[in-house]
Order: sequence, then C-alpha cells, then structure tokens
Amino acid sequence: MTLTAENAAARATPESTAGTATVRPPLDPQALRADFPIFERLIHGKRLAYLDSASTSLKPRRVLDAMDGYNRRYTTNVHRGIYTTGEEATAAYEESRVKIARFINAPDPHEIVQVRNATEAINLVAYSWGRRNIGRADTIVLTELEHHANLVPWQLLVQEKDADLEFVPIHDDGRLNLQTYEVLLRTRPKLVAFTHVSNGLGTINPVREMVEMAHAAGALVLVDGAQAVPHLPVDVQAIDADFYVFSGHKVLGPTGSGALWARRELLDAMPPFLAGGEMIREVHLRRTTFNDVPWKFEAGTPDIAAAIGLGAALDYLADLGMDRLREHERELVGYALEVLPREVPGITIYGPASADDRGGVVTFNLPGVHPHDVATLLDRDAIAVRAGHHCTQPLHERLGEAATARASFNVYSDRDDIDRLAKGLRSVQRVFDRPTSESHAATTQASANDLD
Amino acid sequence: MDDLYRDEILEHYRRPHNFGTLPSPTAVHEGANPLCGDRITLMLGISDAGVVDEVAFTGRGCAISQASASMLTDQIKGKPLEEIARLSGQDVLDELGIEISPARLKCALLSLDTLRHALADRIAWQAGTDVAAR
Repeated sequence: MTLTAENAAARATPESTAGTATVRPPLDPQALRADFPIFERLIHGKRLAYLDSASTSLKPRRVLDAMDGYNRRYTTNVHRGIYTTGEEATAAYEESRVKIARFINAPDPHEIVQVRNATEAINLVAYSWGRRNIGRADTIVLTELEHHANLVPWQLLVQEKDADLEFVPIHDDGRLNLQTYEVLLRTRPKLVAFTHVSNGLGTINPVREMVEMAHAAGALVLVDGAQAVPHLPVDVQAIDADFYVFSGHKVLGPTGSGALWARRELLDAMPPFLAGGEMIREVHLRRTTFNDVPWKFEAGTPDIAAAIGLGAALDYLADLGMDRLREHERELVGYALEVLPREVPGITIYGPASADDRGGVVTFNLPGVHPHDVATLLDRDAIAVRAGHHCTQPLHERLGEAATARASFNVYSDRDDIDRLAKGLRSVQRVFDRPTSESHAATTQASANDLD
Repeated sequence: MDDLYRDEILEHYRRPHNFGTLPSPTAVHEGANPLCGDRITLMLGISDAGVVDEVAFTGRGCAISQASASMLTDQIKGKPLEEIARLSGQDVLDELGIEISPARLKCALLSLDTLRHALADRIAWQAGTDVAAR
C-alpha cells in the first residue's frame, strides 16, 4: 500500500498549519455558527448555548457534507475495490491520514494509525507496545489529572505484568508538581503517559519540558492530546513524544474517528493489536505475515465515513487557523474567569488562575447545589454544561468533590454564552436559596435529629 | 418557580428525614450512582416479625437523589417487608410527584435501588417492579 503522489506532495509542506506571518482578525463566533446546522434548531425556544465541547464538539456542514458524499456517491470498502468508487473511497480515506499528519505536523503519514478515538489509541499502545515491553517491577508514571482512558488501560497492564504505577501529583491550582515528577523519574520508568491539556481543569501541561525530562530518564512518552488537538496548534515533532493520540469527535469531526501517531520504528517493532482482514500480507492456515504500518494496526473495515469526515474537519480548522482558535478560547476563558466570580456570588472555580495556563475549560461548583441540579436547571435556558466527574474520578477525589460542573468552548462559543451562563447560575441560586415551608419536615424532624 | 424543584423536594433536600446512622442495623447497603457521584448509605432495623422499625440514611448528591431517599425512608418506616416488596420504581416517582427526564431517572431511583440491595437476601423482588420500569 502506498500513498498517492498528490498526498506525498501535501506532506512535504507540514508548515501549512504552523501559523502565518500575517496577523488575521480574531474569529467571529456568531458568523461561524452559520456553519453548524445544529444552531438552526431552537432548544426550549432559545438558541443553544453549547458549553460542552470538551465532551464532544459540534459538527460543521463541511464535515456532514464530506460524510454524506461518501455515503451517497462512493460508499465502498477501502483497499479492495478495483473499480471507480472503490478507488475513490481508498483515496479519500488515505487522504484523511495525510491531513491528520499535516495537522499535527507528523513527519510521515505512515506514522498515523486511524482509530475510533483516543481511548482506542491508548489501548492499542497498552496492549501492543505495553504487553511486549512492560515487565515485572517496571514502572509507568501517570498523573493525577488523567482521564480514565489514560489510566485504566495502564492499570490492566500493570496488574497483568505485576508492574507499578506512579502518579505525578497536582498543586491546588491544578498544575502538575514538576518537582515530584523529577523525583518519580529517578525510578527509571519505562513509560510516562500524561495529558497535554486536562479535560477536568483545562490545565495546559508543559509537554515539551516533561517529554525532555522523561527521555533524559530513559522513558518513552505517550501524550494524550484529546483536549489539545481541538484547541491549540499541535506539533508532534516539536513536542518530541513517542506516542500522541487524539479523538476526531472533539475536533469538530465525527464520532468513530481518531488517530494514534507513533514513531515509525516503534510501530514497526510493535505486534498487531486487533487481527483480521486488512492488517495482513499473506494468510495461510497456520501462519500469517502482516501488512506494513499503519495498516498492520487497522484490522477490519474501518469507519470510513468518519475518517473522511475527520479530514474535512481538520481542513475547516486549518483554514480558520489553530493559533486564532487558541487566542479566541484564551480570551473567552479570561472573560469567564472575570465574569463568573463577579456575577455569581460564592461560585468556586477550579484549575489554573490564568487563562494562559488553561485550555477552553472552566470547571466550577455552586455552594449547596449539586452540579446535576445546576445542569438540569441550565438546560431550561438552553445552556448545555457537563455535570459529573468528567471521567476523572481520581482528580475529583483530589479536589475533594464528588462532582463538578464544567463549561467548555470551541469556535462557535462567545461572550454571550458566558453571560447567559452567569445569568443562568444566578437563577439556579434563586431556586435553591428561596425560602420553603417547613411544614412537610416538621413532623419527623425530631427523629432525624435523634439519628444525628 | 420550577416544578422539578418544588418546595417539598427542596425541603427534603435541605432537611432530609431519617438522616443519620443506626447503632446496630440489621441491614445496610451503600448505593452509588457512578456517573454523578450520588451516594446513599441506607440502614434498616428489622424486627423479628419482619417489620422495618427503624430506618436511617446518610448520603451526598443532587437534590433529586437526596429528596427521593428522604421520602422513601418515610414510606418504608414501620412497614412489614411484604408490603415493601411491592414497592416499584413508579411508586417512588409518584411520591416525588415530578416529571423526571431519562437522564435523571437514576438519581430519582438510587434510593430504591439501594433499598433493594439492602434487602436482597430477605425479599425476592418481583419482576415488573424493576427499578428502570416506568
């Protein structure tokens, strides 16, 4: 399997996403909303204030059209059909690989494995690289910030191999304690795995520095880019990690798309993860030789429409400019950090104090109100926030909270969304602060007190 | 005023009935809703005659889950196990008296689910009284 000449030419210009010399005006979220069909519908009679992009992003028309085009005009399997539509499907699928490589500045599209999401990418590394390279008493270093996807696969691995996990703690403001990290690296871990941007607190970790420290200690590094690729310019060559993963559905792309980037020599040496069609070269009844990377890791028919949709999403974002998106979100986070404490008395905001250290995430709680009740009441005003532990239960244990509420942004988010959030939180407080009759309680109050 | 958070619900949330612990319960269960972190520990004192004489709970969670637990403890206190065995998810929702969206159903029914676990070895809960059934 080879990539087309056109694609090869495209990968020769990786700097296309690295930002341009001319300064472009800031993003215009109101105008960009026209690209997202979901805003055509009203929720409870109001425009949707979608503040849950860290969970999944909305999809622009360009992505939907690309998927629809595949499904309607050339829906065919990839790498098989010796006919017009089959060749079109293969070309579009492989072109997405090239677009992914270009978007994160990977040196070679063959180093991109297309997967369903970041979770699958991490599991691939844990099962394939991990089972071969992690042994008894080896150490893997993670952090307290990790999403369950970058925690549970490693727990399973160390249980199987009788290896150890160590965790870099956070400071109270959600930034990693790099002094402790340095100490943990003295255990000579085989692997260090951490998130680029925290989905729970928005913390942007100093990845380059952390990778350098890990490499100096002899460890390989996996970076979970699920919350970074959608919000910042990402350059895997500059970061210099060994594995980098992200999900397509958070990057304005469809669910069922995502990528693992890994160094070619690592991928070449790794055994297959899932086995079946496509990942093989020759199959005999009792032995099989495997396909080249990346196809060795892409067993079975992939989610072709999703991969093509992801390619379109990355085109859309590359056209807007990731540096502009980052600036837009930094500005929004700064606005939220200023407005929410002023307009919403008593609100607790978690994570770094400065918007410079945060991705587009603001996590908070109201005193005396569970975040689920916050989310239910905000929904009445068509404001969508996440409530719960955001798949970061250990982080919430560290914060001493069972759950939090989280507002997160993308290109279509604006100050109006944050103003509506502030107003919505005030009315949540009015619901919960209002006086109620004690008549229902009076009869049994005595017994409740006895029990205390 | 929001119907979901009507006075009675909010009152149970603020001043839950039967809130606390029993020194020597005959049945205990801690139930949790892993998605949102709602948590309820239910303690029961059951007489030899099979009557729930004492009931207490502690918990942490949203207004719906805590109000539901408070109301459920009122409902079962002093009742024989045969009667409690007939309690359905719908009974709990009727008692709450509010329209619960599917996403919040688990909050509303955590207390009943916890009760069922606490009494698992005493009551063969009937099919059709499934917690998820509405």
